[in-house]
Amino acid sequence: MRLDQDSLVDQNFPIKFQFDGMSMTGFAGDTLASALLANDVRLVGRSFKYHRPRGIMSAGSEEANALVTVGSGPQQEPNIRATQLEIYEGLEVFSQNRWPSLKWDLLALNDLAAPFLNVGFYYKTFMWPKSFWEKIYEPVIRKAAGLGSLSGQANSERYEKAFAFCDLLVIGGGPTGLMSTLQAGRAGMSVILADEDNRFGGRLNSEKTQIGGVDADQWVNTIVRELSDMPNVRLMTRTAITGAYDQGTFGALERVSKHLSSPNKHLPVECFWRIFAKRSVLASGALERFIAFPNNDRPGIMTASALRTYINRYSVSPGRSVAIFANNDGAEQTARDLQAAGVQIAAYVDVRADARINGDFPIYRGASVCDTSGRLGLEGITVRHAGQEINIAADCLAVSGGWNPTVHLSCHMNGRPYWSESLLSFLPAENAIPGMVYAGAVNGHMSTRACLQSGVVNARSIMKDLGKSAAALKIPDAEDYAYGIGAIWSVSPSGKQRSWLDFQNDVTVKDIVQSVAENYRSVEHMKRYTTQGMAPDQGKNSNVAALAVLADATGKGIPETGTTTFRPPFSPVSIAAMGSEGQDKGFAPERFGSTHQAILERGAPMIEAGLWYRPSYFPRPNEKTWRQSCDREVMMVREHVGVCDVSTLGKIDIKGPDAGHLLDLVYTNKFSSLAVGKVRYGLMLREDGHVLDDGTTARLNHEHFLMTTTTVADSLVMRHLHYVHQCLHPEWDVSFASVTEHWTQFAIAGPKARDLLNGLLDQSIDNEKWPFMSCGQLNIMGISGRLFRISFSGELGFELAVPSRYGDSLFRILSARVEELGGCCYGMEALNVLRVEKGFITHAEIDGRVTAFDLGMQSMVNRTKDCIGKAASQRRGLNDVDRPRLVGLKPVGSVKQLTAGAHLFTLQDPAERIYNQGHITSVAYSPWFGYFYGLAFLKNGSERFGEQIKMVDHVRDIEAICEVVPPVAFDPDGGRARA
Amino acid sequence: MRLLCPNCGERDLREFYYQSTAEALIRPDLDAEDAVWDDYLHNRDNPAGKTEDLWYHEAGCNAWIVISRNTVSHDVLDAQLAARKRLSNEGKK
Amino acid sequence: MRFSGFGILKQGLTGNKGWTAHWRNPKCKEAYDIVIIGGGGHGLATAYYLAKNHGLKNIAVLEKGHLGGGNIGRNTTIVRANYMMPGNSEFYSHSLKLWEGMEQDLNFNTMHSQRGQVALFHSDAQRDAAVRRANAIINQGDDAELLSPKQLRKMLPYLNYDSPRFPIYGGVIQRRAGTARHDAVAWGYARGADSRGVDLIQNCEVTGIDIQNGQVKGVQTNQGAILAKKVAIVVAGRSSLVAGMAGIRLPIESHVLQAFVTEGLKACVDKVISFGMGHFYISQSDKGGLVFGGNLDYYSSYASRGNLPMKEHVMEAAMALMPMIGKAKVLRSWGGIMDMTPDGSPIIDKTDIYGLYLNCGWCYGGFKAVPGSGYSFAHLIATDNHHEPAAGFRLDRFRTGYGLMDEEGTGAQHNLH
Repeated sequence: MRLDQDSLVDQNFPIKFQFDGMSMTGFAGDTLASALLANDVRLVGRSFKYHRPRGIMSAGSEEANALVTVGSGPQQEPNIRATQLEIYEGLEVFSQNRWPSLKWDLLALNDLAAPFLNVGFYYKTFMWPKSFWEKIYEPVIRKAAGLGSLSGQANSERYEKAFAFCDLLVIGGGPTGLMSTLQAGRAGMSVILADEDNRFGGRLNSEKTQIGGVDADQWVNTIVRELSDMPNVRLMTRTAITGAYDQGTFGALERVSKHLSSPNKHLPVECFWRIFAKRSVLASGALERFIAFPNNDRPGIMTASALRTYINRYSVSPGRSVAIFANNDGAEQTARDLQAAGVQIAAYVDVRADARINGDFPIYRGASVCDTSGRLGLEGITVRHAGQEINIAADCLAVSGGWNPTVHLSCHMNGRPYWSESLLSFLPAENAIPGMVYAGAVNGHMSTRACLQSGVVNARSIMKDLGKSAAALKIPDAEDYAYGIGAIWSVSPSGKQRSWLDFQNDVTVKDIVQSVAENYRSVEHMKRYTTQGMAPDQGKNSNVAALAVLADATGKGIPETGTTTFRPPFSPVSIAAMGSEGQDKGFAPERFGSTHQAILERGAPMIEAGLWYRPSYFPRPNEKTWRQSCDREVMMVREHVGVCDVSTLGKIDIKGPDAGHLLDLVYTNKFSSLAVGKVRYGLMLREDGHVLDDGTTARLNHEHFLMTTTTVADSLVMRHLHYVHQCLHPEWDVSFASVTEHWTQFAIAGPKARDLLNGLLDQSIDNEKWPFMSCGQLNIMGISGRLFRISFSGELGFELAVPSRYGDSLFRILSARVEELGGCCYGMEALNVLRVEKGFITHAEIDGRVTAFDLGMQSMVNRTKDCIGKAASQRRGLNDVDRPRLVGLKPVGSVKQLTAGAHLFTLQDPAERIYNQGHITSVAYSPWFGYFYGLAFLKNGSERFGEQIKMVDHVRDIEAICEVVPPVAFDPDGGRARA
Repeated sequence: MRLLCPNCGERDLREFYYQSTAEALIRPDLDAEDAVWDDYLHNRDNPAGKTEDLWYHEAGCNAWIVISRNTVSHDVLDAQLAARKRLSNEGKK
Repeated sequence: MRFSGFGILKQGLTGNKGWTAHWRNPKCKEAYDIVIIGGGGHGLATAYYLAKNHGLKNIAVLEKGHLGGGNIGRNTTIVRANYMMPGNSEFYSHSLKLWEGMEQDLNFNTMHSQRGQVALFHSDAQRDAAVRRANAIINQGDDAELLSPKQLRKMLPYLNYDSPRFPIYGGVIQRRAGTARHDAVAWGYARGADSRGVDLIQNCEVTGIDIQNGQVKGVQTNQGAILAKKVAIVVAGRSSLVAGMAGIRLPIESHVLQAFVTEGLKACVDKVISFGMGHFYISQSDKGGLVFGGNLDYYSSYASRGNLPMKEHVMEAAMALMPMIGKAKVLRSWGGIMDMTPDGSPIIDKTDIYGLYLNCGWCYGGFKAVPGSGYSFAHLIATDNHHEPAAGFRLDRFRTGYGLMDEEGTGAQHNLH
């Protein structure tokens, strides 16, 4: 029912929205919850397990009942709290977890079967017959489970992430936080003030009270105006601080455009912030809690503070005849506000016999509410008073079981809150979060004046710490009552009624008592057995009461019982916000070489190689499959010449007088002896004796080497070099620079490679001056470049490097010239075939588990010097003859197909683990040989050349007989590379 | 988590690469016994409390850093360049 | 009390007043034949199989906090047998078989659900590695099937096939893989062990291990000294500290692994799915929450909580792979402490101290191992012989280099596995 009074909603601005297809009107400033209550909608949701009818029970992010789905299509968003959702024109909302309708929900039958579905029942049944779990029981359970639905479609909206830095983060913009921010802001500190609400003020927005002689909202506006004029203060509304992490790091979720009817398309829906704060003030306030009395979950029953929020902030009365049930002095304000709003008070029930309440309404002291009625909404309550039970009609019940300080963030680093006997609640543990202080209600200051003061005092202590000063703020006059509370957690039923604790997961007082009977009596056992506190509100509304019930059932006190742990996030965070940069191509950087565009123009499909993109093959018009292109490219390289961009291989410049020493330590073989102008192949081990990477290193000058790494290992090797230098030999004078992107490098391979080069070089070369494994500087069409005579194909080969700015044009020239010579550009597929034929290894072979011994390269581990990994590589187990060792395989049976990933067995053995002889790492169809050729690791393989072996690929259903051959199939003597 | 780099000051965790204990700075000789190498490569004190670890400021200055840290509270206590620490270790030998 | 459908019916009709304790709260005796340090999943399973398979009764499980309070209560509940390295293959294969009979054996519904796990690959090289693994799984006698992108589109239509950073080349499905209700596994074993006479002692922290002449004599605890003929350490997350009480320095580094759960959602993900680029794996619980995780936070830690960079990375991977879950909201994140070993594989072995046994180093694969680990460790403790499926989990493999089980191929750096 909408009240005719001034408040924070603007009754001049109506807003139309839909709830379950029904058109309704609210006003600017309304949340969905206040607008629904104004439209007399009380039934808003269904509970998780028993599908009990539920209504709005709070006015904040802690809401446990009123979770709704907003929108449809890819924008459909489930599980939004109606109490936080600001209505906008055209908003479409749907209730959840009901079928066929909210009012007539079939699974409400569960409630009738509750005696058989009580706590832990599923652990005790559904076991017979065994196969029924996956086929019948579980599908039925899964169909019933869950709250709202995802759309099933990919996210289509923008989300964002951002960083922020400040001296002081103030968490919560109520009276406490505002005072802290103002005090620190005036001292010139950089301050971020964050509040999850859409306006600052906290409880002040919900109360009829005065501060400094003016209405509270006016006071708030004045302060916020001053703060917004401060360049050193950032005000963040709609921003929940979601987590506290190490060294003053906080996560925060800002709702940027969710409340807008037609947001600017450049605005993200939400922004996830990483805030780094030197200090923080936790001014998160407190949440009012329920009392577990029988049938306390009907629509129309809410916290007393929520009721005041709806009346005072939104001009809405959730009922026409309201009863109040409380155990503390705070609730009398509720009675006053109801009276001021002209709403009838049906009864005031206080558990305390000495409650100081007066008024012109029925008052029951020393009494409790012991039952309620009304199936889809509250119709009446039963009051137990002076030995009698009295039925009273009421359509709304405001409950206050006291206040729980919002200590959650203080627990995110494993801090355990402590129990205050005077407040009957948990307070945050001291120093639980480095740099964080607690101010206001979260620290047990329950009056407005105490909060204002606490805000100032805490800000000033931080200012002192950081050496900042400003005049102390004067504490304005404000309400300053003493908070009195009497203990009550639950009211015993007179019959079989259930008293609810966790509304969302349908946990009752009886459930906790039963869990204790079954010996789930530690707080963690109780939680996990009953699911208490595991629902979307994470126990914000019910955990403390549940603990008290548990403590009572076990006969221990609440402090001894302890708490479960609050963990991040404080309030739920959408995956799209926290993962906003990951969708589509954003998950990892894309690295493009200088020839990328030119390669695309030649129609080559690009494939991922680490973070890089490389051409797979260069199709010609008549070629229909990749294999046709690949075979042609391989043959053109073998018969003529081919060009391939190999720039993605890591290139590391190593300079300094000790460069040779360093290389001797990181490579198994010796590099200090390498002559200037020469290149050497090197093998690098991890310190544990297994192969790390391989590649060639050239000596460009006496104190200047250029190392190449495999594409995927460039940053890994760079890190390794720095490690060896800084951590093991800082005395060495050597330095490194990654020059991978500085040089574009082309492999030019094939019998006509020299011819191709000589058409480009300013001075032609020959075999004598540029023998195999030589290198040097020279000019290419007037450009200074580098030439390395190395080969990854087995052919006469060169790698030609030019500064990357020339890469594109050189590629265009090379690709034209190579065709004139009958050759072609070749891609990754052909490159792989060429290297497999030649028995050259890649990370398919050096997969992190192999040793130099396995590769047949043990002779490369120099005997006369130490190297990284040498000691560990000498372990007996790494030199056992039975280790799988690198071999070549060629098919000799009727099946000619070999496949990578297949395993090897002797011809007579079955393909079972215990008979396993090894596996195939790389396979290529060799157009040169005319058959599939594979590289494999085979037990004691290097002693088994000539043997026939069986390859089994179960998943592809292929079996082939192979002959074991030496790994180097093509040109084993290496004559072609030296030609 | 924010870590201390002696070159760059306090920086976010995401800029760093972690590599185990700073005991790695004391590398055994090639001919040390198997057990010594085994211990060096594999075994760890793994304290619940103060530890000294090696970190690499990979998205920063490329420095290897010995960071003294608490594994329970995640407090960062001290940081020094690994190179400097190694050199001072050598000096003590 | 044996659980049955009839029992539920009877209790329901009589006010559910007859349910009794699932285990006793026994007083700790002065001496036991076997003391198991650690009342987590592995410790409880060990106690259960010692009693059931070996007929031993005089056993205590000492738990510092509450039963099942360690990593068995904070994991992503995935059960699979898709290992490749000899030593691992046979062990996880055996463990999966035990899972398949667990509920009937324990008379406790652990909700083991063989919903299938799909491991995706995103390049030719990853496909070859996946095929190698799949073939190794079949060699072992377990199931694996290769799925084409076309089959995947049908099975998991909501993955990002059309604009991915790393295209989906295919996947391997293990249909017998799945999930289970993690806490229930601990409780089921606790109840089973208790009913066979094992004393489960909670809030009992071991503060020392008594050793004389190279032989274990008992333990010191906050509830006093306990004599024991055999002592078994099964305390993943604290292994170095407890082994340290016996003077043993372990090849273990403790690392934090985070995991996440969303608010309850109507069923939308029916398989376990693992991304091949950037660690990310996800399933949906029977309650409707999406349960997912990623890689370690990478730094050594005992804090059982993590930091933002890895959280964000996991969410980014989620958005990269299955952008349809963007509007699901993370409700809770937590961290467990993992025993990381130099090859990523566990240790079940005797120690140099007679009567002292070690079960540790499960990295972050410990949940699925619970039954197999308990079974094999019980065998070792009872017989002093290695149980064949777990015979590869030797402590000395690092020193000798024989039988390393480096599934990831990342080498002897604990946090990289």
